[in-house]
Amino acid sequence: MSFFDEITLMLTDPFMQRALVAALLVGAAAPVVGTYLVQRRLSLLGDGIGHVALTGVALGWLVGAAVGVSPNDALAIPGAVVAAVVGSVLIEVVRRRGRTSGDLALALMFYGGIAGGVLLIGIAGGSSGNLMSYLFGSISTVTTTDLVLTVVLSVVILAIGLGLRTALFAVSHDEEFAVASGLPVWLLNMAVAVVAALTVTVAMRVVGLLLVSALMIVPVAVAQQLTHAFRRTMTLASVVGVVVCVAGLSITYWQNVSPGATIVVLAIGVYVVAALARPLLARRRPPHDPHPDIPDDVAVAPAPALAGGATGGKECER
Amino acid sequence: MSAPATTATGTGATPAGAPLIEARGVHVRLGSSHVLRGVDLAVRPGEVVALLGANGSGKSTLVRSLVGVLTPSAGEVRVPPAHRVGYVPQRVSAGSGVPSTAEEVVASGLLHPRRLRLPRGWRARVHEALDQVGLADRAHDATGLLSGGQQQRVLIARALVRRPDVLVLDEPVAGVDHPSQEQFATTMRSLVADGLTVLVVLHELGELAPLVTRAVVLRHGRVVHDGAPPQPRGDHSVAGHDHVHPHPADDMAPRPGEPELGLDSGVAAWHETASEARP
Repeated sequence: MSFFDEITLMLTDPFMQRALVAALLVGAAAPVVGTYLVQRRLSLLGDGIGHVALTGVALGWLVGAAVGVSPNDALAIPGAVVAAVVGSVLIEVVRRRGRTSGDLALALMFYGGIAGGVLLIGIAGGSSGNLMSYLFGSISTVTTTDLVLTVVLSVVILAIGLGLRTALFAVSHDEEFAVASGLPVWLLNMAVAVVAALTVTVAMRVVGLLLVSALMIVPVAVAQQLTHAFRRTMTLASVVGVVVCVAGLSITYWQNVSPGATIVVLAIGVYVVAALARPLLARRRPPHDPHPDIPDDVAVAPAPALAGGATGGKECER
Repeated sequence: MSAPATTATGTGATPAGAPLIEARGVHVRLGSSHVLRGVDLAVRPGEVVALLGANGSGKSTLVRSLVGVLTPSAGEVRVPPAHRVGYVPQRVSAGSGVPSTAEEVVASGLLHPRRLRLPRGWRARVHEALDQVGLADRAHDATGLLSGGQQQRVLIARALVRRPDVLVLDEPVAGVDHPSQEQFATTMRSLVADGLTVLVVLHELGELAPLVTRAVVLRHGRVVHDGAPPQPRGDHSVAGHDHVHPHPADDMAPRPGEPELGLDSGVAAWHETASEARP
Protein backbone atom coordinates (compact mmCIF):
# COMPACT_ATOMS: atom_id res chain seq x y z
CA MET A 1 0.00 0.00 0.00
CA SER A 2 1.35 3.39 -0.93
CA PHE A 3 1.84 6.25 1.47
CA PHE A 4 -1.16 8.11 0.09
CA ASP A 5 -3.41 5.10 0.50
CA GLU A 6 -2.35 4.91 4.11
CA ILE A 7 -3.17 8.58 4.62
CA THR A 8 -6.54 8.17 2.93
CA LEU A 9 -7.30 5.20 5.12
CA MET A 10 -6.42 7.21 8.23
CA LEU A 11 -8.53 10.17 7.15
CA THR A 12 -11.59 8.01 6.46
CA ASP A 13 -11.45 6.31 9.85
CA PRO A 14 -14.21 7.98 11.92
CA PHE A 15 -12.25 7.54 15.17
CA MET A 16 -9.26 9.20 13.56
CA GLN A 17 -11.39 11.96 12.06
CA ARG A 18 -12.77 12.98 15.44
CA ALA A 19 -9.37 12.69 17.08
CA LEU A 20 -7.71 14.78 14.36
CA VAL A 21 -10.30 17.57 14.64
CA ALA A 22 -9.82 17.63 18.42
CA ALA A 23 -6.02 17.63 18.05
CA LEU A 24 -6.15 20.43 15.49
CA LEU A 25 -8.30 22.68 17.70
CA VAL A 26 -6.38 21.98 20.89
CA GLY A 27 -3.06 22.40 19.09
CA ALA A 28 -4.17 25.84 17.91
CA ALA A 29 -5.81 27.03 21.14
CA ALA A 30 -3.44 25.83 23.88
CA PRO A 31 -0.38 27.87 22.78
CA VAL A 32 -2.51 31.04 22.47
CA VAL A 33 -3.34 30.80 26.17
CA GLY A 34 0.18 29.59 26.91
CA THR A 35 1.60 32.81 25.46
CA TYR A 36 -0.22 34.87 28.10
CA LEU A 37 0.86 32.49 30.86
CA VAL A 38 4.51 32.70 29.80
CA GLN A 39 4.23 36.49 29.55
CA ARG A 40 2.95 36.56 33.14
CA ARG A 41 5.68 34.17 34.24
CA LEU A 42 3.02 31.66 35.21
CA SER A 43 4.23 28.82 33.00
CA LEU A 44 3.36 26.26 35.64
CA LEU A 45 -0.19 27.52 36.17
CA GLY A 46 -1.48 25.00 33.63
CA ASP A 47 0.04 22.19 35.68
CA GLY A 48 -1.57 23.45 38.86
CA ILE A 49 -4.95 23.67 37.17
CA GLY A 50 -4.44 20.21 35.69
CA HIS A 51 -3.90 18.69 39.10
CA VAL A 52 -7.03 20.34 40.46
CA ALA A 53 -8.96 19.16 37.41
CA LEU A 54 -8.07 15.62 38.47
CA THR A 55 -9.98 16.16 41.70
CA GLY A 56 -12.82 17.47 39.55
CA VAL A 57 -12.76 14.28 37.45
CA ALA A 58 -12.99 12.16 40.60
CA LEU A 59 -15.67 14.42 42.05
CA GLY A 60 -17.71 14.10 38.85
CA TRP A 61 -17.27 10.35 39.08
CA LEU A 62 -18.41 10.36 42.70
CA VAL A 63 -21.47 12.47 41.94
CA GLY A 64 -22.22 10.29 38.90
CA ALA A 65 -22.03 7.14 41.00
CA ALA A 66 -24.26 8.68 43.68
CA VAL A 67 -26.89 9.83 41.20
CA GLY A 68 -26.59 6.62 39.23
CA VAL A 69 -25.83 7.97 35.76
CA SER A 70 -24.28 5.63 33.24
CA PRO A 71 -21.58 5.38 32.17
CA ASN A 72 -20.25 6.28 35.58
CA ASP A 73 -17.69 8.74 34.21
CA ALA A 74 -20.31 10.79 32.34
CA LEU A 75 -19.89 13.66 34.80
CA ALA A 76 -16.08 13.44 34.89
CA ILE A 77 -15.46 16.11 32.26
CA PRO A 78 -18.02 18.60 33.60
CA GLY A 79 -16.48 17.99 37.03
CA ALA A 80 -13.04 18.76 35.62
CA VAL A 81 -14.27 21.97 33.98
CA VAL A 82 -15.84 23.20 37.22
CA ALA A 83 -12.85 22.28 39.40
CA ALA A 84 -10.37 23.81 36.94
CA VAL A 85 -12.27 27.09 36.74
CA VAL A 86 -12.66 27.30 40.53
CA GLY A 87 -8.98 26.45 41.01
CA SER A 88 -7.68 29.01 38.54
CA VAL A 89 -9.94 31.73 39.91
CA LEU A 90 -8.63 30.93 43.41
CA ILE A 91 -5.04 31.20 42.16
CA GLU A 92 -5.83 34.56 40.61
CA VAL A 93 -7.39 35.80 43.85
CA VAL A 94 -4.35 34.67 45.84
CA ARG A 95 -2.03 36.26 43.30
CA ARG A 96 -3.85 39.59 43.70
CA ARG A 97 -3.82 39.50 47.48
CA GLY A 98 -0.09 39.10 47.76
CA ARG A 99 2.16 38.34 44.87
CA THR A 100 4.65 36.26 46.80
CA SER A 101 2.18 33.64 47.92
CA GLY A 102 1.14 32.78 44.36
CA ASP A 103 3.95 30.26 44.19
CA LEU A 104 2.84 28.65 47.43
CA ALA A 105 -0.78 28.56 46.27
CA LEU A 106 0.35 26.69 43.15
CA ALA A 107 2.18 24.14 45.28
CA LEU A 108 -0.93 23.59 47.43
CA MET A 109 -2.96 23.05 44.26
CA PHE A 110 -0.48 20.52 42.89
CA TYR A 111 -0.53 18.27 45.92
CA GLY A 112 -4.10 18.85 47.02
CA GLY A 113 -5.34 18.16 43.49
CA ILE A 114 -3.60 14.81 43.07
CA ALA A 115 -4.32 13.60 46.60
CA GLY A 116 -7.95 14.70 46.39
CA GLY A 117 -8.39 12.95 43.05
CA VAL A 118 -6.98 9.62 44.23
CA LEU A 119 -8.93 9.80 47.48
CA LEU A 120 -12.26 10.62 45.86
CA ILE A 121 -11.96 8.06 43.07
CA GLY A 122 -11.51 5.39 45.74
CA ILE A 123 -14.62 6.59 47.60
CA ALA A 124 -16.54 6.54 44.30
CA GLY A 125 -15.75 2.85 44.00
CA GLY A 126 -13.16 3.19 41.25
CA SER A 127 -9.42 2.66 41.31
CA SER A 128 -6.63 5.04 40.52
CA GLY A 129 -6.35 3.07 37.28
CA ASN A 130 -9.56 4.77 36.19
CA LEU A 131 -7.74 8.08 36.37
CA MET A 132 -5.02 6.97 33.95
CA SER A 133 -6.90 7.97 30.81
CA TYR A 134 -7.30 11.48 32.25
CA LEU A 135 -3.71 11.69 33.39
CA PHE A 136 -2.24 10.60 30.07
CA GLY A 137 -4.99 11.38 27.56
CA SER A 138 -7.39 9.23 25.61
CA ILE A 139 -7.79 10.97 22.31
CA SER A 140 -8.47 7.77 20.37
CA THR A 141 -11.71 7.31 22.29
CA VAL A 142 -13.14 10.77 21.56
CA THR A 143 -16.91 10.47 21.07
CA THR A 144 -19.09 12.80 19.05
CA THR A 145 -20.36 14.43 22.27
CA ASP A 146 -16.76 14.96 23.42
CA LEU A 147 -15.97 16.48 20.06
CA VAL A 148 -18.86 18.94 20.24
CA LEU A 149 -17.70 20.04 23.71
CA THR A 150 -14.12 20.36 22.44
CA VAL A 151 -15.21 22.47 19.47
CA VAL A 152 -17.36 24.79 21.58
CA LEU A 153 -14.70 25.31 24.26
CA SER A 154 -11.92 25.79 21.70
CA VAL A 155 -13.95 28.44 19.91
CA VAL A 156 -14.53 30.24 23.22
CA ILE A 157 -10.82 30.06 24.06
CA LEU A 158 -9.73 31.33 20.64
CA ALA A 159 -12.37 34.08 20.60
CA ILE A 160 -11.21 35.45 23.96
CA GLY A 161 -7.50 34.79 23.44
CA LEU A 162 -7.34 36.37 19.99
CA GLY A 163 -10.23 38.86 20.20
CA LEU A 164 -8.94 40.52 23.35
CA ARG A 165 -5.29 40.13 22.46
CA THR A 166 -4.24 43.76 22.89
CA ALA A 167 -6.16 44.15 26.16
CA LEU A 168 -4.80 40.90 27.59
CA PHE A 169 -1.33 41.89 26.41
CA ALA A 170 -1.68 45.28 28.12
CA VAL A 171 -2.74 43.72 31.43
CA SER A 172 -0.05 41.05 31.34
CA HIS A 173 2.67 43.46 30.23
CA ASP A 174 2.14 46.32 32.69
CA GLU A 175 -0.78 45.91 35.05
CA GLU A 176 -0.26 49.31 36.65
CA PHE A 177 -0.51 51.10 33.33
CA ALA A 178 -3.61 49.08 32.46
CA VAL A 179 -5.22 50.21 35.73
CA ALA A 180 -4.28 53.82 34.99
CA SER A 181 -5.79 53.46 31.50
CA GLY A 182 -9.06 52.45 33.14
CA LEU A 183 -9.09 48.96 31.67
CA PRO A 184 -11.23 46.38 33.50
CA VAL A 185 -8.10 44.73 34.87
CA TRP A 186 -9.87 42.42 37.29
CA LEU A 187 -12.15 41.13 34.56
CA LEU A 188 -9.28 40.64 32.11
CA ASN A 189 -7.21 38.76 34.71
CA MET A 190 -10.20 36.55 35.42
CA ALA A 191 -10.64 36.00 31.68
CA VAL A 192 -7.07 34.69 31.45
CA ALA A 193 -7.63 32.45 34.47
CA VAL A 194 -10.90 31.01 33.17
CA VAL A 195 -9.60 30.54 29.65
CA ALA A 196 -6.54 28.76 31.03
CA ALA A 197 -8.84 26.44 32.98
CA LEU A 198 -10.95 25.69 29.90
CA THR A 199 -7.81 25.01 27.90
CA VAL A 200 -6.62 22.51 30.47
CA THR A 201 -9.88 20.57 30.36
CA VAL A 202 -10.01 20.61 26.57
CA ALA A 203 -6.39 19.53 26.22
CA MET A 204 -6.93 16.84 28.86
CA ARG A 205 -8.40 14.50 26.24
CA VAL A 206 -5.51 14.99 23.85
CA VAL A 207 -2.37 14.83 25.97
CA GLY A 208 -3.64 14.13 29.49
CA LEU A 209 -3.59 16.32 32.58
CA LEU A 210 0.05 15.65 33.37
CA LEU A 211 1.19 16.90 29.97
CA VAL A 212 -1.36 19.67 29.40
CA SER A 213 1.03 22.40 30.37
CA ALA A 214 3.60 21.16 27.88
CA LEU A 215 1.18 21.75 25.03
CA MET A 216 0.56 25.30 26.27
CA ILE A 217 4.16 26.23 27.00
CA VAL A 218 6.57 24.31 24.74
CA PRO A 219 5.26 25.80 21.45
CA VAL A 220 5.74 29.27 22.98
CA ALA A 221 9.31 28.35 23.87
CA VAL A 222 9.84 27.26 20.25
CA ALA A 223 8.37 30.50 18.88
CA GLN A 224 10.56 32.60 21.17
CA GLN A 225 13.62 31.10 19.54
CA LEU A 226 12.51 32.51 16.22
CA THR A 227 10.89 35.89 16.87
CA HIS A 228 10.87 38.73 19.39
CA ALA A 229 7.42 40.16 18.72
CA PHE A 230 4.50 39.22 20.96
CA ARG A 231 1.97 38.76 18.18
CA ARG A 232 4.28 36.68 16.03
CA THR A 233 5.26 34.58 19.04
CA MET A 234 1.59 33.73 19.53
CA THR A 235 0.92 32.96 15.87
CA LEU A 236 4.04 30.86 15.47
CA ALA A 237 3.34 28.97 18.73
CA SER A 238 -0.14 28.17 17.48
CA VAL A 239 1.20 26.84 14.18
CA VAL A 240 3.76 24.70 16.03
CA GLY A 241 0.98 23.43 18.30
CA VAL A 242 -1.18 22.35 15.35
CA VAL A 243 1.72 20.69 13.55
CA VAL A 244 2.94 18.66 16.54
CA CYS A 245 -0.59 17.64 17.58
CA VAL A 246 -1.65 16.46 14.14
CA ALA A 247 1.71 14.86 13.36
CA GLY A 248 1.94 13.19 16.78
CA LEU A 249 -1.56 11.82 16.53
CA SER A 250 -0.99 10.54 13.01
CA ILE A 251 2.08 8.61 14.15
CA THR A 252 -0.06 6.74 16.67
CA TYR A 253 -2.27 5.52 13.82
CA TRP A 254 0.60 3.34 12.67
CA GLN A 255 2.67 2.95 15.80
CA ASN A 256 1.22 1.74 19.06
CA VAL A 257 2.49 4.59 21.23
CA SER A 258 0.81 7.03 23.60
CA PRO A 259 -0.55 10.00 21.60
CA GLY A 260 -0.03 12.51 24.42
CA ALA A 261 3.56 11.52 25.05
CA THR A 262 4.32 11.42 21.30
CA ILE A 263 2.95 14.95 20.83
CA VAL A 264 4.96 16.36 23.72
CA VAL A 265 8.17 14.61 22.69
CA LEU A 266 7.69 15.95 19.15
CA ALA A 267 7.17 19.48 20.51
CA ILE A 268 10.35 19.27 22.55
CA GLY A 269 12.15 17.90 19.50
CA VAL A 270 11.00 20.94 17.51
CA TYR A 271 12.27 23.15 20.33
CA VAL A 272 15.70 21.56 20.19
CA VAL A 273 15.83 21.98 16.40
CA ALA A 274 14.71 25.63 16.69
CA ALA A 275 17.30 26.32 19.41
CA LEU A 276 20.03 24.79 17.24
CA ALA A 277 18.83 26.60 14.11
CA ARG A 278 18.63 29.98 15.83
CA PRO A 279 22.29 30.95 15.36
CA LEU A 280 22.03 30.04 11.67
CA LEU A 281 18.95 32.23 11.26
CA ALA A 282 20.50 35.06 13.23
CA ARG A 283 23.58 35.10 11.03
CA ARG A 284 21.51 35.90 7.99
CA ARG A 285 20.30 39.16 9.49
CA PRO A 286 22.60 42.19 9.33
CA PRO A 287 24.82 42.40 12.39
CA HIS A 288 23.00 44.29 15.12
CA ASP A 289 24.97 46.70 17.27
CA PRO A 290 23.61 46.30 20.81
CA HIS A 291 24.86 49.73 21.89
CA PRO A 292 22.38 52.56 21.56
CA ASP A 293 23.21 55.16 18.93
CA ILE A 294 23.99 58.03 21.24
CA PRO A 295 27.02 60.24 21.65
CA ASP A 296 29.35 59.50 24.53
CA ASP A 297 29.02 61.28 27.86
CA VAL A 298 32.73 61.94 27.96
CA ALA A 299 35.07 63.32 25.35
CA VAL A 300 37.59 60.77 24.19
CA ALA A 301 40.37 61.02 21.65
CA PRO A 302 39.19 59.38 18.44
CA ALA A 303 40.61 55.92 17.96
CA PRO A 304 42.09 56.08 14.46
CA ALA A 305 41.77 52.37 13.76
CA LEU A 306 38.04 52.34 14.39
CA ALA A 307 37.21 55.60 12.67
CA GLY A 308 36.35 53.88 9.42
CA GLY A 309 33.06 52.62 10.82
CA ALA A 310 32.93 49.42 8.76
CA THR A 311 29.77 48.22 10.51
CA GLY A 312 27.89 51.37 9.59
CA GLY A 313 25.75 51.02 12.70
CA LYS A 314 26.97 54.02 14.68
CA GLU A 315 25.56 57.29 13.45
CA CYS A 316 25.00 60.07 15.91
CA GLU A 317 21.47 61.06 16.72
CA ARG A 318 20.77 64.74 16.16
CA MET B 1 -9.13 71.87 25.42
CA SER B 2 -12.48 72.46 27.03
CA ALA B 3 -13.20 71.51 30.59
CA PRO B 4 -16.65 70.27 31.53
CA ALA B 5 -18.70 72.43 33.84
CA THR B 6 -19.09 69.67 36.42
CA THR B 7 -15.69 70.42 37.89
CA ALA B 8 -16.00 74.19 38.02
CA THR B 9 -15.58 74.15 41.80
CA GLY B 10 -11.98 75.33 41.48
CA THR B 11 -9.91 76.43 44.43
CA GLY B 12 -9.92 80.12 43.67
CA ALA B 13 -7.13 82.40 42.50
CA THR B 14 -5.24 80.01 40.29
CA PRO B 15 -4.62 79.83 36.54
CA ALA B 16 -7.70 79.79 34.40
CA GLY B 17 -9.66 76.64 33.70
CA ALA B 18 -11.04 73.82 35.76
CA PRO B 19 -8.47 71.24 36.90
CA LEU B 20 -7.71 68.40 34.51
CA ILE B 21 -6.66 66.32 37.46
CA GLU B 22 -7.15 67.12 41.11
CA ALA B 23 -6.42 65.72 44.57
CA ARG B 24 -8.31 66.99 47.61
CA GLY B 25 -7.23 66.17 51.13
CA VAL B 26 -5.74 62.89 49.93
CA HIS B 27 -4.44 60.50 52.57
CA VAL B 28 -2.81 57.25 51.56
CA ARG B 29 -1.78 54.50 53.93
CA LEU B 30 0.37 51.70 52.63
CA GLY B 31 0.48 48.97 55.21
CA SER B 32 1.40 50.63 58.49
CA SER B 33 2.91 53.80 57.00
CA HIS B 34 0.84 56.89 56.49
CA VAL B 35 2.47 58.05 53.26
CA LEU B 36 0.27 60.97 52.21
CA ARG B 37 -1.22 63.18 54.91
CA GLY B 38 -3.81 65.43 53.35
CA VAL B 39 -2.47 66.51 49.98
CA ASP B 40 -4.24 69.07 47.78
CA LEU B 41 -3.07 69.40 44.22
CA ALA B 42 -4.76 70.63 41.07
CA VAL B 43 -3.30 70.73 37.59
CA ARG B 44 -5.00 73.15 35.20
CA PRO B 45 -4.88 73.30 31.41
CA GLY B 46 -1.60 74.55 30.01
CA GLU B 47 0.37 74.13 33.21
CA VAL B 48 3.63 72.26 33.54
CA VAL B 49 3.75 71.27 37.18
CA ALA B 50 6.88 69.78 38.71
CA LEU B 51 6.35 67.61 41.78
CA LEU B 52 9.49 67.69 43.88
CA GLY B 53 10.60 66.22 47.17
CA ALA B 54 13.10 63.90 48.79
CA ASN B 55 13.00 60.16 48.35
CA GLY B 56 10.13 58.80 50.40
CA SER B 57 8.31 62.14 50.57
CA GLY B 58 5.33 60.61 48.79
CA LYS B 59 5.76 61.92 45.22
CA SER B 60 5.25 58.57 43.52
CA THR B 61 2.43 57.64 45.87
CA LEU B 62 0.65 60.89 45.03
CA VAL B 63 1.06 60.31 41.31
CA ARG B 64 -0.08 56.71 41.60
CA SER B 65 -3.17 57.92 43.46
CA LEU B 66 -3.87 60.56 40.82
CA VAL B 67 -3.84 58.03 37.98
CA GLY B 68 -5.95 55.54 39.90
CA VAL B 69 -3.40 52.86 40.69
CA LEU B 70 -3.74 53.49 44.44
CA THR B 71 -6.99 54.28 46.22
CA PRO B 72 -6.74 57.07 48.79
CA SER B 73 -7.74 56.03 52.32
CA ALA B 74 -9.30 59.47 52.73
CA GLY B 75 -9.94 62.44 50.47
CA GLU B 76 -10.66 62.24 46.78
CA VAL B 77 -9.03 62.30 43.40
CA ARG B 78 -10.91 63.82 40.51
CA VAL B 79 -10.26 63.30 36.86
CA PRO B 80 -13.21 64.54 34.82
CA PRO B 81 -14.44 61.55 32.81
CA ALA B 82 -14.00 63.29 29.49
CA HIS B 83 -10.30 63.73 30.15
CA ARG B 84 -7.63 61.30 29.27
CA VAL B 85 -4.55 60.87 31.41
CA GLY B 86 -1.32 59.67 29.87
CA TYR B 87 0.64 57.91 32.61
CA VAL B 88 4.35 57.18 32.34
CA PRO B 89 5.34 54.93 35.25
CA GLN B 90 8.65 55.33 37.00
CA ARG B 91 10.32 52.13 36.07
CA VAL B 92 10.23 50.03 32.99
CA SER B 93 8.28 47.01 34.17
CA ALA B 94 10.39 43.99 34.89
CA GLY B 95 10.83 42.17 31.61
CA SER B 96 7.89 39.96 30.86
CA GLY B 97 8.26 36.37 29.77
CA VAL B 98 7.45 37.02 26.13
CA PRO B 99 9.37 39.75 24.30
CA SER B 100 7.39 42.47 22.58
CA THR B 101 8.24 45.21 20.09
CA ALA B 102 8.09 48.94 20.74
CA GLU B 103 5.13 49.09 18.37
CA GLU B 104 3.21 46.50 20.39
CA VAL B 105 3.92 48.22 23.71
CA VAL B 106 2.89 51.64 22.38
CA ALA B 107 -0.26 50.19 20.79
CA SER B 108 -1.43 48.99 24.21
CA GLY B 109 -1.73 52.68 25.14
CA LEU B 110 -4.59 53.07 22.65
CA LEU B 111 -6.99 51.07 24.80
CA HIS B 112 -9.43 52.63 27.23
CA PRO B 113 -12.43 51.38 29.19
CA ARG B 114 -14.76 51.44 26.22
CA ARG B 115 -12.25 50.22 23.68
CA LEU B 116 -10.58 46.91 24.39
CA ARG B 117 -9.56 46.35 20.78
CA LEU B 118 -7.24 48.38 18.57
CA PRO B 119 -9.03 51.05 16.52
CA ARG B 120 -8.69 51.31 12.77
CA GLY B 121 -5.56 53.14 11.76
CA TRP B 122 -3.78 52.22 15.00
CA ARG B 123 -0.48 51.63 13.26
CA ALA B 124 -0.27 55.20 11.96
CA ARG B 125 -1.01 56.60 15.42
CA VAL B 126 1.59 54.34 17.04
CA HIS B 127 4.23 55.44 14.57
CA GLU B 128 3.30 59.08 15.09
CA ALA B 129 3.79 58.66 18.85
CA LEU B 130 7.12 56.87 18.37
CA ASP B 131 8.17 59.66 16.04
CA GLN B 132 7.35 62.22 18.74
CA VAL B 133 9.90 60.61 21.05
CA GLY B 134 12.45 60.11 18.28
CA LEU B 135 12.14 56.33 18.02
CA ALA B 136 10.36 56.01 14.68
CA ASP B 137 13.06 53.69 13.38
CA ARG B 138 12.82 51.37 16.40
CA ALA B 139 9.17 50.34 16.03
CA HIS B 140 9.97 46.72 15.33
CA ASP B 141 12.79 46.31 17.83
CA ALA B 142 12.20 44.26 20.95
CA THR B 143 11.89 46.67 23.87
CA GLY B 144 14.17 44.48 25.96
CA LEU B 145 17.03 45.25 23.57
CA LEU B 146 16.67 49.03 23.82
CA SER B 147 18.71 51.15 26.24
CA GLY B 148 17.17 52.39 29.48
CA GLY B 149 16.59 55.85 28.05
CA GLN B 150 14.99 54.43 24.92
CA GLN B 151 12.73 52.16 26.97
CA GLN B 152 11.63 55.20 28.94
CA ARG B 153 10.80 56.99 25.69
CA VAL B 154 8.76 53.98 24.53
CA LEU B 155 6.69 54.35 27.71
CA ILE B 156 6.25 58.07 27.01
CA ALA B 157 5.08 57.21 23.48
CA ARG B 158 2.63 54.70 25.00
CA ALA B 159 1.16 57.56 27.06
CA LEU B 160 1.19 60.02 24.14
CA VAL B 161 -0.58 57.69 21.73
CA ARG B 162 -3.71 58.14 23.85
CA ARG B 163 -3.65 61.84 22.92
CA PRO B 164 -3.87 62.71 26.60
CA ASP B 165 -5.21 65.96 28.03
CA VAL B 166 -2.62 65.70 30.75
CA LEU B 167 0.63 63.75 30.77
CA VAL B 168 1.72 62.40 34.15
CA LEU B 169 5.35 61.31 34.37
CA ASP B 170 6.96 59.66 37.38
CA GLU B 171 10.70 60.43 37.50
CA PRO B 172 11.17 60.23 33.73
CA VAL B 173 14.88 61.00 33.83
CA ALA B 174 15.94 58.96 36.86
CA GLY B 175 18.87 56.81 35.90
CA VAL B 176 18.79 57.97 32.29
CA ASP B 177 22.01 59.00 30.54
CA HIS B 178 22.56 62.65 29.70
CA PRO B 179 21.93 62.48 25.92
CA SER B 180 18.62 60.72 26.58
CA GLN B 181 17.75 63.43 29.10
CA GLU B 182 18.38 66.05 26.41
CA GLN B 183 16.29 64.09 23.96
CA PHE B 184 13.55 63.89 26.59
CA ALA B 185 13.72 67.66 27.19
CA THR B 186 13.48 68.30 23.44
CA THR B 187 10.42 66.05 23.24
CA MET B 188 8.81 67.78 26.21
CA ARG B 189 9.50 71.23 24.74
CA SER B 190 7.64 70.44 21.55
CA LEU B 191 4.75 68.78 23.42
CA VAL B 192 4.37 71.74 25.78
CA ALA B 193 4.57 74.11 22.81
CA ASP B 194 1.62 72.19 21.36
CA GLY B 195 -0.33 72.93 24.53
CA LEU B 196 0.00 69.68 26.46
CA THR B 197 -0.54 69.90 30.22
CA VAL B 198 2.09 68.08 32.25
CA LEU B 199 2.57 66.86 35.80
CA VAL B 200 6.07 65.55 36.24
CA VAL B 201 7.80 64.06 39.26
CA LEU B 202 11.41 65.16 39.35
CA HIS B 203 14.36 64.99 41.65
CA GLU B 204 15.75 68.22 40.31
CA LEU B 205 14.42 70.50 37.61
CA GLY B 206 17.47 70.04 35.39
CA GLU B 207 16.82 70.31 31.67
CA LEU B 208 13.10 70.89 32.22
CA ALA B 209 13.56 74.03 34.37
CA PRO B 210 12.63 76.50 31.56
CA LEU B 211 9.36 74.67 30.92
CA VAL B 212 8.06 74.33 34.46
CA THR B 213 5.35 76.87 35.32
CA ARG B 214 4.72 75.75 38.90
CA ALA B 215 6.43 73.57 41.45
CA VAL B 216 4.86 71.57 44.24
CA VAL B 217 7.19 70.29 46.94
CA LEU B 218 6.24 67.39 49.16
CA ARG B 219 7.83 66.60 52.48
CA HIS B 220 6.71 63.91 54.86
CA GLY B 221 3.57 63.39 52.83
CA ARG B 222 2.47 67.05 52.94
CA VAL B 223 2.68 69.89 50.45
CA VAL B 224 5.27 72.34 51.81
CA HIS B 225 5.48 74.56 48.74
CA ASP B 226 3.11 75.25 45.87
CA GLY B 227 4.07 78.10 43.58
CA ALA B 228 6.96 79.44 41.54
CA PRO B 229 9.65 76.92 40.65
CA PRO B 230 12.48 77.17 43.18
CA GLN B 231 15.92 78.21 41.97
CA PRO B 232 18.42 75.45 42.50
CA ARG B 233 21.36 76.29 44.70
CA GLY B 234 24.25 77.07 42.42
CA ASP B 235 26.80 74.98 44.21
CA HIS B 236 24.88 71.80 43.53
CA SER B 237 25.09 72.15 39.82
CA VAL B 238 28.80 72.82 39.78
CA ALA B 239 30.69 70.01 38.17
CA GLY B 240 32.57 67.95 40.69
CA HIS B 241 30.16 68.60 43.57
CA ASP B 242 29.44 65.28 45.12
CA HIS B 243 26.20 65.66 47.00
CA VAL B 244 27.28 63.94 50.16
CA HIS B 245 27.07 66.55 52.89
CA PRO B 246 24.24 66.42 55.38
CA HIS B 247 22.27 69.63 55.89
CA PRO B 248 21.82 71.60 59.12
CA ALA B 249 19.78 69.97 61.81
CA ASP B 250 16.81 72.36 61.55
CA ASP B 251 16.07 71.02 58.12
CA MET B 252 15.76 67.45 59.26
CA ALA B 253 14.27 67.63 62.73
CA PRO B 254 10.80 66.15 62.94
CA ARG B 255 8.20 68.80 63.61
CA PRO B 256 6.49 68.76 66.99
CA GLY B 257 3.80 66.15 67.32
CA GLU B 258 4.84 64.38 64.18
CA PRO B 259 6.39 60.95 64.40
CA GLU B 260 9.50 60.57 62.37
CA LEU B 261 8.91 58.54 59.26
CA GLY B 262 11.40 55.73 59.11
CA LEU B 263 11.27 55.75 55.35
CA ASP B 264 12.55 59.23 54.66
CA SER B 265 13.85 60.75 57.83
CA GLY B 266 17.35 59.72 56.95
CA VAL B 267 17.10 60.74 53.35
CA ALA B 268 15.62 64.16 54.16
CA ALA B 269 18.85 65.01 55.91
CA TRP B 270 20.68 64.92 52.63
CA HIS B 271 20.51 67.62 50.08
CA GLU B 272 17.28 68.30 48.34
CA THR B 273 17.72 71.13 45.93
CA ALA B 274 14.12 72.07 45.52
CA SER B 275 12.87 72.05 49.08
CA GLU B 276 15.75 74.13 50.36
CA ALA B 277 14.94 76.97 48.04
CA ARG B 278 11.34 77.36 49.04
CA PRO B 279 10.41 80.83 50.21
